[in-house]
Amino acid sequence: MKRPLNPRTREQLLGSLYGWPMGGWFTLFFTVPLAIIILYSFMKRGLYGGVEFTLTLNAYREMVNPSFAMVLVRTIWISVTATVLCLLIALPCAYAMARSKHQTLLLFLIIIPFWTNSLIRIYAWIFILSTEGLINSILIKIGLIDEGLKLIYNNGAVILVLVYMYLPFAILPLFTTIDKFDFSLLDAARDLGADKFTSLRKVMLPNIKSGVSTAFIFTFIPIFGAYTVPLLVGGKDSTMIGNIIVDQVSKTRNWPLASAFSMILTLVSLIGVFWMLYTGKREEQMKKDGPKRTPQALESTVKAHHRAASKGAR
Amino acid sequence: MSTYIHKKKGPSFSSTILLFTIIFLFIPLFVVTFFSLNSSKGMQWEGASLIWYKKLIFDSPSLWTAFRNSLIIALSSSATAVVLGSLAAVGIKWYRFKGKSYITTVSYLPMVLPEVIIGISMLIFFSAVKIRLGMFTIYVAHTTFNLPFVFMLVTARLDEFDYSTVEAARDLGANERQTLTRVIIPSIIPAVLSGFLMCITMSLEDFVITFFVSGPGSGTLPLYVYSMIRYGVSPVINALSFVMILGTMLIAFSFRRFLKVVAASS
Repeated sequence: MKRPLNPRTREQLLGSLYGWPMGGWFTLFFTVPLAIIILYSFMKRGLYGGVEFTLTLNAYREMVNPSFAMVLVRTIWISVTATVLCLLIALPCAYAMARSKHQTLLLFLIIIPFWTNSLIRIYAWIFILSTEGLINSILIKIGLIDEGLKLIYNNGAVILVLVYMYLPFAILPLFTTIDKFDFSLLDAARDLGADKFTSLRKVMLPNIKSGVSTAFIFTFIPIFGAYTVPLLVGGKDSTMIGNIIVDQVSKTRNWPLASAFSMILTLVSLIGVFWMLYTGKREEQMKKDGPKRTPQALESTVKAHHRAASKGAR
Repeated sequence: MSTYIHKKKGPSFSSTILLFTIIFLFIPLFVVTFFSLNSSKGMQWEGASLIWYKKLIFDSPSLWTAFRNSLIIALSSSATAVVLGSLAAVGIKWYRFKGKSYITTVSYLPMVLPEVIIGISMLIFFSAVKIRLGMFTIYVAHTTFNLPFVFMLVTARLDEFDYSTVEAARDLGANERQTLTRVIIPSIIPAVLSGFLMCITMSLEDFVITFFVSGPGSGTLPLYVYSMIRYGVSPVINALSFVMILGTMLIAFSFRRFLKVVAASS
């Protein structure tokens, strides 16, 4: 047999052998492409698509333009509205699922629409909402209206379909977190005189904070980068950042501008992810410190309590 | 369908919301299924018939090409992702080596960045290195977005795995290859399989990323659906929708044991 390697070298070697095939794949097909986008956003636009290799801030200057600013503002308000609606619906749903005896069945029911092809789901809404669609033909038939209402190709339809598409993204992480929650704490709070809503807000909510921020991020990021929904059910005034990026790549062939917009989308997503990781870590830290009962942990718990109390009082 | 029996009579507030949400989630699916059986083209119900299914199956040659492309890509990209992702999970969980934290970070990012970004960056990359768009580029893109899920599922499984079994195998004289094939692989196989199924599902589902990296003749099923939708509402799409919903249900059903793991990872 070969000479045995020293343990540290052996570990280094084996770890690389296991880990670097995937690491290499991601480097080549994820990190490098992302780096190219960053680079291209600082390049000059080529005549026939592509780029000229001269450094410039042109792409970012082009972004400061009233029509693009409008799109950015619209993307933000549509995504925030849709995400908040998703969370408001998802919280009671996830709670009911976590308390239910039929969790597998309920998960199944949430996952089926979630896994059904997204275009099919969008198509179904077009079928329901369009001018000759289901709702309008029913309303006309029972004589409530004479001609079709404009239910589709506007921002309302975009928000409705976005909520429909991304609701499971909010329900699933919330369910996972609430499922781990010790419900006897709620009973304890009730026994001590809190009403149902107060016990949910003061006992459960602090314990599922990381789940809420995960749900928020996992819903917000894909909605913020949505492309197909505004394209297929939105109107002329429903363009979002995702649509601009695609148009710049495929129609206008302005790659630097598309890259610059992609940078915004990437940055917003990364900020969201790091915020989520940060809240998750902090919560873990607090849970870890809790049972140790060190003076520091106690101090930080007391401080956190005071902070929460003063926030509540305000 | 009251699911949570409250101490008081009647379903609780939260289960009522859940009930309405599930109805909301299923209404569109039911509507298209129902109208796929309508013999007329319009919204008027004129009796049940299967003519749209007949049209779908016998009259749509490009559908079958797209379906074949989808299957080839789903199987090949999932297989690649499962091998690379599982190996990496083992390496990252148990060994210290150079680049470990880099790999952990980049394995997380494709999952959280918007699909448009992944699609655009790949499109620009492929044209920068002059690789022609087609089946190969779709395969690469799908493997890339599938890898994180396999990696995560297998890592989650390894978290529960008792490393002392590996040490025991080594003490008993197993070499690295034997440890891998006889101890590690059998214990992570459930996670690997659910990762594989999940990859297949996501690969068959993906539209946005595929849209960017596909070339002429390499259209997948979602791209076919997209080109049909652009023509407007048609009962043939209703029929196709029901077939795809049925497929989703079958896949989800085969997952019934892992549903909680799936929920935690999506």
